[in-house]
Amino acid sequence: MKKILHTPFTQADIMDLHAGDTVLLSGIVYTGRDAAHKRLCALLDKNEALPVDLNGQAIYFVGPCPAPPGRPIGSAGPTTSGRMDAYSPRIIAECGLRAMIGKGNRADSVKDAMQQYGCVYFAATGGAGALIANSIVKAEVIAFDDLGPEAIYKLELDSLPLVVAIDAHGKSLY
Amino acid sequence: MKIITFEKIKDAVCEMCGKAACDLPQDVLEAIKNAGEKETSALGKDFFEQYLKNSDIARTERLPLCQDTGFAVFFIRAGVETAIDRGTVSEAVNAGVREGYKKFFLRKSIVADPLFDRKNTFDNTPAIIHLEQVPGDQLHIILAPKGGGSENMSALKMLKPAEGRAGVVDFVVNAVVNAGGNPCPPTIVGVGIGGTMEYAAYMAKKALLRPVGKNSDDPRYAELEAEILEKINASGVGPQGLGGDTTALAVNIEFHPCHLASLPVAVNLNCHAARHAEVIL
Repeated sequence: MKKILHTPFTQADIMDLHAGDTVLLSGIVYTGRDAAHKRLCALLDKNEALPVDLNGQAIYFVGPCPAPPGRPIGSAGPTTSGRMDAYSPRIIAECGLRAMIGKGNRADSVKDAMQQYGCVYFAATGGAGALIANSIVKAEVIAFDDLGPEAIYKLELDSLPLVVAIDAHGKSLY
Repeated sequence: MKIITFEKIKDAVCEMCGKAACDLPQDVLEAIKNAGEKETSALGKDFFEQYLKNSDIARTERLPLCQDTGFAVFFIRAGVETAIDRGTVSEAVNAGVREGYKKFFLRKSIVADPLFDRKNTFDNTPAIIHLEQVPGDQLHIILAPKGGGSENMSALKMLKPAEGRAGVVDFVVNAVVNAGGNPCPPTIVGVGIGGTMEYAAYMAKKALLRPVGKNSDDPRYAELEAEILEKINASGVGPQGLGGDTTALAVNIEFHPCHLASLPVAVNLNCHAARHAEVIL
C-alpha cells in the first residue's frame, strides 16, 4: 500500500516514514544539483538570503530536459545524490530541509544530519525520466537561470512514485 | 570516390539524436522484460514495470527515456572511397548534434571547461568522435549518448599479468558492486581487456554497443562474461541499488593484444536505458 504524501512536511510527517515505504508524493518541490547547492552554500557563507525558503520543503536532485511545446517540462528523472553529499548536511541543518529526492546511497555525514534534524531521503526511479515527467504538472525556473539544466526550478508534483530509501531513524535500504 | 555531403551527415546525425534519446533498442527492451519476469524482489519488480512504462511513454510521446541525454559519443567507420564536399566529418557531426539537441528538446549537458568556470556550452557540443578508416564506400555512424551517472562509475586498472583471470573477475565484479545504485542498475557492463591504458577504456565503451544477450565469439571470453554476470547478480545490489536479483543485464568483453608486461582492464557501465542509434550513408 503506497502512502499518499503532500509537501511541505512537518517533523512528525518525517518521523512517520520508514525505509522501504512506498510513497506517492504531491505538492511543491524545488530542484537542485551540485552547482546550485554550491551557490546556496556560498550565500549561507555570506549570511545572504537564499532565493528559496527551504524550511519544511523537499529538494529533488534533477536536471530536466527542456519542455517540448504543450508540456510543463521534459524528461525529469533523478541524478546521482552522492554529488550533493558535501552540501546536504548544511542545507538540512541551516535551512530546515525535510526531504531529498534522488538516486543512490548517501554519505554517513548526510545520514547523521537526517537523523539529528529529521529529514528523509526518497529514491526516485533512475532512468525513468519520461514516466516521471508525467507526474509533474507545473515547472518554473526561480533561480540561477544561467546554470541551464542546473537552475533551481519550482515543480508541482502529482503523485510521483518514490521509495523511502533512508529514513530519519538511521535505517537504510542500501 | 563517393561524395557524401556535409548537409547529409548533419541531417542524419540530427535525427539520430532524437531517435537515440526516445527509442529503447529492442534487445534492451527484451532483456528488461525477461529480467523483470524473473525478479523476486517486490520493489525490484515494481522498478521493472516502471522501466517498461517509461519506454512506452518515451516512444509514443517522444520524451527522452532519461533526462540525461548524455555526452554524444560517436563511433564512425568511414570507407576509404568516401569524401565530404566541404569541411570535415567531425564538423558535420557536431553541427548535427547542435541541431538535434535543440530540435528534440534534449538536455544540454556539456560544460566547456572541466575544472574552472564549468560553463554550459548550451548546444551539447563538442561530441566525442571515434573515427576509423575502413574499406568501401560507406559512412557508418553509431551514436551512443552516454549519461554522467553511469560514466562516473567507470574503473580502470593496470593489473599484473600474474593476477590473471581471477584478478580480472574480482576487479570487474567489485567495480559494479561498489557502484551500487548510482549507475541506475540493472546495467550493461562493458569490459576492455588488453591493449594500452586508453585502448582498454575505448574497448570497454565499444563493448556496450554489442546487442544484449550476444556473448563474445571467443568461447573463453564468453565463459568469463557468464561467470562475471553471475557473480554480479549474486551480490543482491538489485534494480536501483535497492536490492534484488538483477544488478546487470549483460557483461560484454572486448579484448586486444597487449604489452608483455601489462594486463589492462577497464570497466564502463551503461544504465538500463542503454541508448544507441545507427545509420549507414
